[in-house]
Amino acid sequence: MSDLLALWAEWLPTLLNGLAVSVKVTGASLALGIPLGLLLALGLQSKRLPVRVIALTMIEAGRGAPVLIMLQFAYFGLPTVGVSLSSFGAATLALAWNAGAYTSEIIRAGLEAVPQGQREAAVAVGLNGFDALRFVVLPQSLRVSVPALLGFSISVLQTSSLCFSIALPELVSQAYTAGSNTFQYMPILLLAACLYAAICLPATVMVSALERHLGRHAA
Amino acid sequence: MIASFVTTIAAGIPWTVLLTVSAFGTGIVFGIPICMMLMSRIIILSLLGKFIVLMLRSVPPIVWLFFIFFGIGSAWAEVSPFEAAWIGLGLITAANMAEVYRGAFAALSPGQHEAATALGLPLRHRFVDVIGPQVVRVAIPSAATYAISLLKDTAIASTIGVHEIAFQAYHLSQSTFHSLDLFAVAALLYILISLPMAWLTRWADHAMKRGLAR
Repeated sequence: MSDLLALWAEWLPTLLNGLAVSVKVTGASLALGIPLGLLLALGLQSKRLPVRVIALTMIEAGRGAPVLIMLQFAYFGLPTVGVSLSSFGAATLALAWNAGAYTSEIIRAGLEAVPQGQREAAVAVGLNGFDALRFVVLPQSLRVSVPALLGFSISVLQTSSLCFSIALPELVSQAYTAGSNTFQYMPILLLAACLYAAICLPATVMVSALERHLGRHAA
Repeated sequence: MIASFVTTIAAGIPWTVLLTVSAFGTGIVFGIPICMMLMSRIIILSLLGKFIVLMLRSVPPIVWLFFIFFGIGSAWAEVSPFEAAWIGLGLITAANMAEVYRGAFAALSPGQHEAATALGLPLRHRFVDVIGPQVVRVAIPSAATYAISLLKDTAIASTIGVHEIAFQAYHLSQSTFHSLDLFAVAALLYILISLPMAWLTRWADHAMKRGLAR
């Protein structure tokens, strides 16, 4: 047991560095992906057919393709057409696309939850379409979407573990490298699993508590 | 050129399908005892069930696969890549199916339980003849949604060397200079496989909704 703790103490700083990269790439993908999701959700409601087709194609491709394939597409595929990205850049691009496709559904559900009368009233008091969206519809719809978006954010952190396959030095890469150097796969992967669980487990519990709290007046 | 790519990548389809089916089958079966723990009135059992579900879902699949393949594989018993992927994805599926079953139970009208009890049906018949068939019907849409996401998760098995679609695409991309097309073809294959799954679900859902009390 003390051997295990000594090994863990030795590896912890390396793994924490990896975890920092995981959190950074998750943050960057969400910062790009959630606005993209909003754009795609609005694009689906557009009156122009080409806009709807583009939004639908991006959503279906982003949801239908495995994230691993999207990561490799961005990292190994794009350079063959002259777009070379760092592993961090490729990871952010692929995860943001994936996040945009999934969050567009969450945000669309939120937009549909706002009664049509709100939009009509906003236009009736003289707001233009953009202001009606910004000041009236979005604040109400985002309140509905927040718990689902938080839940999705937790899953993005887990998904970022797939960046192992494009050599991003995140948590799984660090654990795998340390494991193959020492052949002590079992204890180091256990530590990596504990680090993920230490973040995702309480976060999941908190998000479902928030959901219950917000839904306590629902019929 | 493209045609030969497609045939090489398509050689991975049987492995992708086999892994999806076996992990899903495992999850359907092992989800039942986990769900029973979750709904148990014995507090220790229900807490343990909750902990198992949270652990299985909080740790990313790739970590589970590595843990089983490299960790257990190097320390205790030889595990083949396919077995490791099957066990890992099967366990994660079991946790998710337990939640699906629980949601389906909650969605069932309490009158069904009450009526079956009032008729004096023994526990076994209550579940096998009254509650069970309805739970299955309610659970189909969410179970199918999960099966499609499981199909995409099987791509993770390529990292431990299961020769499925993503593995074929990656290895072909390392020896040719057509990575972009290759990964696009692979992505398309996953989407193509998920389409009949979605159709089948819609059909099954429609066909079985008729046996549901409202």
